[in-house]
Amino acid sequence: MSEVLVVVEATREFGVKKVTLEMLTLARELGTPSAVVLGGPGAAEALSAKLGEYGAEKIYAAESEEIDGYLVAPKATVLAELVKRVQPAAVLLASAQEGKEIAARLAVKLDNGILTDIVGLAADGTATQVAFAGSTIVKSKVTKGLPLVTVRPNSVNPTPAAATPAVEQLTVSVTDTDKLAKVVDRVAEQKGSRPELTEAGIVVSGGRGVGNADNFKLVEEIADLLGGAVGASRAAVDSGYYPHQFQVGQTGKTVSPQLYVALGISGAIQHRAGMQTSKTIVAVNKDGEAPIFELADFGVVGDLFKIVPQAAEEIRKRK
Amino acid sequence: MNIVVLVKQVPDSGADRNLRSDDNTVDRGSANNVINEMDEYAIEEALKIKEAHGGEVTVLTMGPDRATESIRKALSMGPDKAVHVVDDALHGSCAVATSKVLAAALGQLNADLVICGAESTDGRVQVMPHMIAERLGVAALTGARKLTVDGSTLTVERQTEEGYEVVTASTPAVVSVWDTINEPRYPSFKGIMAAKKKPVQTLSLGDLGVAPTEVGLDGATSAVLEHTKRPPRSGGAKITDEGEGGVKLVEFLATEKFV
Repeated sequence: MSEVLVVVEATREFGVKKVTLEMLTLARELGTPSAVVLGGPGAAEALSAKLGEYGAEKIYAAESEEIDGYLVAPKATVLAELVKRVQPAAVLLASAQEGKEIAARLAVKLDNGILTDIVGLAADGTATQVAFAGSTIVKSKVTKGLPLVTVRPNSVNPTPAAATPAVEQLTVSVTDTDKLAKVVDRVAEQKGSRPELTEAGIVVSGGRGVGNADNFKLVEEIADLLGGAVGASRAAVDSGYYPHQFQVGQTGKTVSPQLYVALGISGAIQHRAGMQTSKTIVAVNKDGEAPIFELADFGVVGDLFKIVPQAAEEIRKRK
Repeated sequence: MNIVVLVKQVPDSGADRNLRSDDNTVDRGSANNVINEMDEYAIEEALKIKEAHGGEVTVLTMGPDRATESIRKALSMGPDKAVHVVDDALHGSCAVATSKVLAAALGQLNADLVICGAESTDGRVQVMPHMIAERLGVAALTGARKLTVDGSTLTVERQTEEGYEVVTASTPAVVSVWDTINEPRYPSFKGIMAAKKKPVQTLSLGDLGVAPTEVGLDGATSAVLEHTKRPPRSGGAKITDEGEGGVKLVEFLATEKFV
């Protein structure tokens, strides 16, 4: 079976991200998964055990200061060389900012089609995408070149399949044009140890109804009790209640968790666009006519400042 | 500084949006078409840079005839002129072909700085800035929540999952912006009147030296095979809190095994 390249998405703090395990699971149905680690010196070693656990038969490691020190372009150059050499059956990247950007450059370098935000990929290369804020399901295909796709987090149930990956070090040779955008600093703002928003199985979001930044502690408390991530509506972000990187919606993150808890969120289209493919949705809002209730599997109409603390207490009691 | 802002006309994301049943492309004919929201932030950023450092701001749009409305709207915010790439052969172009056309147009405009929105609300594909930068061989500073210009040096704060990265490059460069970067101005009455007289140059594929076979549905590198409307979600139980709302909520979560 031919190789399927999976470009590894990982963070310094938490290692291999869940979407990578989803991609490895998906890749096993298409061929033999090979993980591609593009990072600074020593990047692959910390990740290889986890990658093997989910079926990576091979790990291509491109490790260099140049990859880490410049934005995206060096990664695309290394990946393009690898694709030309191994002629994989497909290339999978994460549908997050950087994954899409690497894929974009790869598509131009190889004059190859690209599909983003896929939630499924069949062996014949037919991809499933969800378009227009979850309202339309699309079947699509790359018609020029190999299937080059970015996979939306929380699309596939990651299942382990142990393998012992052989590690191959790649020679990194990048051009001056790849070194035009220099990363001079990386600043962490993520607080605590909550799961990353787009990957979380449970997301608890607050909206304008939360009232102020301080009250977001209530949202965080429920999130922590459920082991979920915290999100915010655009109204809450624009009002300065919570930072922008946690914004869920049309102009923010798209999430598709098992459980979405909407607190004080009316459910404007802007917000629904980012969360309506969630499996189960529950909502608390004081306005019984709020559109969020049209989506909610369970809704409570009332004062969230009474309902949410009571719910927190009840969860604690049951633990 | 010679700044070009990429502006895309998209179907209003607040209304029902569809793909066409005949050729599976985005239905723009029956939609209420507007400027892609994120592009308004790109225009604002360009105008601020012009106000601080001098220069000229040009709007560049690829799209059908009706995109003229969005171009005038963009000009009413304050840019000096616009270039509209319009050609029947472009209908159904994929992202790869679109980047080829835009890069060809940018090649003629000699921009020091290209600014665009981080993504459009219709496709949300987020690939255009890097595709264009790759073709032009210039830097791409993408996902900016802050942009500083110091002579020919650009510095952005790039929003990431964990926080942000500080990235620098020299012009020429492509910068894409998120909606946190500024607050776009509303067009003034004077701006709206002035926009009607601002020059809008149209360019065809022939003007750009791009063959019709490289673009459109026939030249596309990917294809939509079929599409279906997802059934709308139907709301489930809705209760009014009478003192036990929090407990009831957790009981529901427990039956679904989340607690």
